[in-house]
Amino acid sequence: MASAASTGVLGRLAWRLGRVADILPETPRVSTLVFEVPDWPGHLAGQHVDIRLTAEDGYQAERSYSIASAPEEGRVALTVERLDDGEVSPYLVGEVRPDDRLELRGPIGGYFVWRADAEPARPVLLIAGGSGVVPLMAMIRHRRAAGARTPMRLLYSSRSYEDVIYRQELEGLAAAEDGLEVVHTLTRSQPSGWQGYSRRLDRRLLDEVAWPASSGCAVFICGPTSFVEAAAAGLVESGHPPQSIRTERFGATGGGQS
Amino acid sequence: MKQSELKLDGNAIAGVLAEIFAVEMTAVEGTCAGCGNVAPMGAVDVYANAPGIVVRCPACAQVLITIVRAPGRTWLDLGGLRRLQLVT
Repeated sequence: MASAASTGVLGRLAWRLGRVADILPETPRVSTLVFEVPDWPGHLAGQHVDIRLTAEDGYQAERSYSIASAPEEGRVALTVERLDDGEVSPYLVGEVRPDDRLELRGPIGGYFVWRADAEPARPVLLIAGGSGVVPLMAMIRHRRAAGARTPMRLLYSSRSYEDVIYRQELEGLAAAEDGLEVVHTLTRSQPSGWQGYSRRLDRRLLDEVAWPASSGCAVFICGPTSFVEAAAAGLVESGHPPQSIRTERFGATGGGQS
Repeated sequence: MKQSELKLDGNAIAGVLAEIFAVEMTAVEGTCAGCGNVAPMGAVDVYANAPGIVVRCPACAQVLITIVRAPGRTWLDLGGLRRLQLVT
């Protein structure tokens, strides 16, 4: 009865056991865990889930991870970056095996979300630093799955070519030329013949890539705290109204997501 | 590591807030009792590296909320918030 009682109190946000249905390596440090979650109520693009691990001595660690899959997919894909000094991510990327069951709860969040049917004609600018691309990928996948033609532009900063998460999928989606554009910048190393940007996000890069404020675009920025603040401040300086910019920070070293 | 680099935002504690308030809180607008700034809870500053969670106003840095959790108990201090506007 204890579980029934706690479910009653937290009925709106209960812990569920999700089964790991698949594990997809994305980069040397990043993997996607695909979960089947019984009675999953569905989610919006940009939402996340909390994962809770419990050690044999009862110690619990809880972390928040963005959902990478589109709402239309029905399953819950989490893309996780392994942080070597992290408490949870080294377990999720490296130890977890298919058919393992993990405690998770969600979907969570209603601020950093995008719905294709809300303002279908309003352009959407997505700015990602590293694994900050994950919730933005859910928005990109949602746009495609919903058949939306919303103009969408992703500016994606990674350390190197090998660190670009979803590289092939993004190439394929952008090649469709249906209104999605992808612009990469590689900040640490670039492959020979690299045609894209090769520096950290700065005001000039933002001015070259972002739509002007007059476009009325909605902006979603996700990445490390300093990255998010630089991007948001640059756009505000260029005249974008602060209320059109939504941000999600995950700390200097993954912080809340370690 | 500098304190500024440990700053998260309200999205990071959406689960904790939903557990306490039993509704989705990141889109709820909060008014700072210090400066009167209004911000969605998803956009407030959050420091989660202390034993508790400290939520600060993004405009004036006043402490809006502190949350301390222990087995079986949660302490919630809302002293820095003047108002929450929930969409009902």
